[in-house]
Amino acid sequence: MAEHVIEIKGLWTRFGRQVVHRDIDLSVRRGEIMSLVGGSGSGKTTLLRQMLGLERPARGEVLILGESLHGGDPGVMRRLRDRRGVLFQEGALFSALTVFDNVALPLRELRTLDEGLIHDLVMMKLSMVGIEPLHAYKLPADLSGGMVKRIALARALALEPELLFLDEPTAGLDPDRSEGFVTLIREMHRELNLTVVMVTHDLDTLVALSTRVAVLCEQRLLIVGTLDEVVANPDPFICNFFMGERGRRALDAVRNVEATT
Amino acid sequence: MPAPATPTIPAPDVRQVIAADGTRRFELSGAWTLRALRFRLTELTPRLAEYAAAPAAQWDLCGVQAIDHAGAMLLWRAWGRRRAANLVLNPEHESFFGNLELPAERPREHARRDPLRLLVFLGRKLLSVLDHFTTMVAMLGQVVLDAGFLVRQPARIPWREISSNIYRTGTQALGITALVGFLIGVVLSFLSSQQLKLFGADAFIINILGISVIRELGPVLAAILVAGRSGSAITAQLGVMRVTQELDAMAVMGIPHTLRLILPKLLALAVSMPLIVLWTDAIALLGGMMAAHAELGIGYRYFLSSLPDAVPIANLWLGLGKGVVFGLLIALVACHFGLRIEPNTESLGIGTTNSVVTSITVVIIVDAVFAVMFKDVGII
Repeated sequence: MAEHVIEIKGLWTRFGRQVVHRDIDLSVRRGEIMSLVGGSGSGKTTLLRQMLGLERPARGEVLILGESLHGGDPGVMRRLRDRRGVLFQEGALFSALTVFDNVALPLRELRTLDEGLIHDLVMMKLSMVGIEPLHAYKLPADLSGGMVKRIALARALALEPELLFLDEPTAGLDPDRSEGFVTLIREMHRELNLTVVMVTHDLDTLVALSTRVAVLCEQRLLIVGTLDEVVANPDPFICNFFMGERGRRALDAVRNVEATT
Repeated sequence: MPAPATPTIPAPDVRQVIAADGTRRFELSGAWTLRALRFRLTELTPRLAEYAAAPAAQWDLCGVQAIDHAGAMLLWRAWGRRRAANLVLNPEHESFFGNLELPAERPREHARRDPLRLLVFLGRKLLSVLDHFTTMVAMLGQVVLDAGFLVRQPARIPWREISSNIYRTGTQALGITALVGFLIGVVLSFLSSQQLKLFGADAFIINILGISVIRELGPVLAAILVAGRSGSAITAQLGVMRVTQELDAMAVMGIPHTLRLILPKLLALAVSMPLIVLWTDAIALLGGMMAAHAELGIGYRYFLSSLPDAVPIANLWLGLGKGVVFGLLIALVACHFGLRIEPNTESLGIGTTNSVVTSITVVIIVDAVFAVMFKDVGII
């Protein structure tokens, strides 16, 4: 049995009187790429924020790497900081710091690394995500959205985490860049033995990366399974989501690639 | 089954083995990951450096249970940024040593120290002040043009924005201006009474309070409070609208910023400031009157009936006029700095600070100008 990196048990979320999640159970296995999908307002991002410990569910428990996030232990966030990395939707780079300082920040926070090692580690991470050294001392405001995302990924990977959270990794990138970013994530996943949890709207990204897919719909977790299992489900929401024009195109594309290789 | 809370990580270590034929071998063991290494770096780094200096040694990484890029980089640096000549390692760890070669960096140029840097600094500051001044005048000009346009097309006057701005900058400021005005009135009156009592000139408390509050303190106090309260709010609001691209959206819809955002704020402050000045004057005089009653025994009725004789009415008009001018200036400065904010967090903070500091400074400078210009008005 594969080890579970994330376990969500009996999770409920309420905003006022509105129930967003009703009794959700979800486990993420080590080494897989789990995609969370669902319509707008289905609470994908809320669920992700709960997995990060930024929001507290009304009921239920979230275990990350065996630690309960909402158990009231103040040390959890500190212990988890070098075991998980997060890529926020807009990158969330600190606008007052240069690219180099952004990536160096988590390393400096450890307080035990010397500046020379930090410099080399930062430069290596930047070159891994395809950022040239000449951009290292620029401010995030001077860079394009695609580069900001790459740098944010480098920052998320700075502490060599085993768990990576991605919130809409390809939103706001043009098709060429998002293709490149998907390839980058796939490489990082393979190279660093990452477990990835991803929220996405983008079918191409979903099809290209997911090991398993979890579909959130009408407050519940509709289905968790491989892409083929999910697509085979007759639920009308899934039909709309995957079997619409765009969905079929994305699925066909991936099938063609599989057929030719 | 949940994993144990903190799985024990085998500590990284390096061991020197000298074979019978004298060749040296360094055996690494444990986890060479950032998480395991960070507490042992101070100890391991010098040892690695020392071992790496040994010639023709073999490095045996087969005992390493886990490694990541940080661990690989640490070894790489110890080896002098190249792969050790005689290296044995697990094939699955090979990939971590693949991309350690960093792309060459051009050394950053350090700015030369310019002997005239002080002059250049002063010149830049002066030019920036001039730039602020000209853009502010240009904005005022645009607002005047817009006002002319609105006079011709009264249907397009943004009444709703004006009224909501009057409410926010005026009505909501009544509480704080009353509190501050009252306390200043009490303190001023109390201190002056102490001095006047020495000369037996008790009745002059009315002149002192009346002239200073109505002519000077009321308008300046109200302006400083409003600059801190509404000026910062206006700057921050415009700044956030820049960050969220709302300003761009308005421009694209063909709604000029000056017409819909700035003109209403200017008009609103020009209307609400004199009213706030009047309110502050009244409350400060009330406070002063109460303190005078307590300290000098001057009756309320006497105080109020002698106030018009002691203070010529011109002072009130002067104070209200100052209120209008201060209101316009505060709104102008706040809008000017708000529109200059760039879409990042730091700029927002700096812009808001500059806006408040500048508007308070401008208010005090203009107040001094008023004092000189109207030195013959309203003073007996």
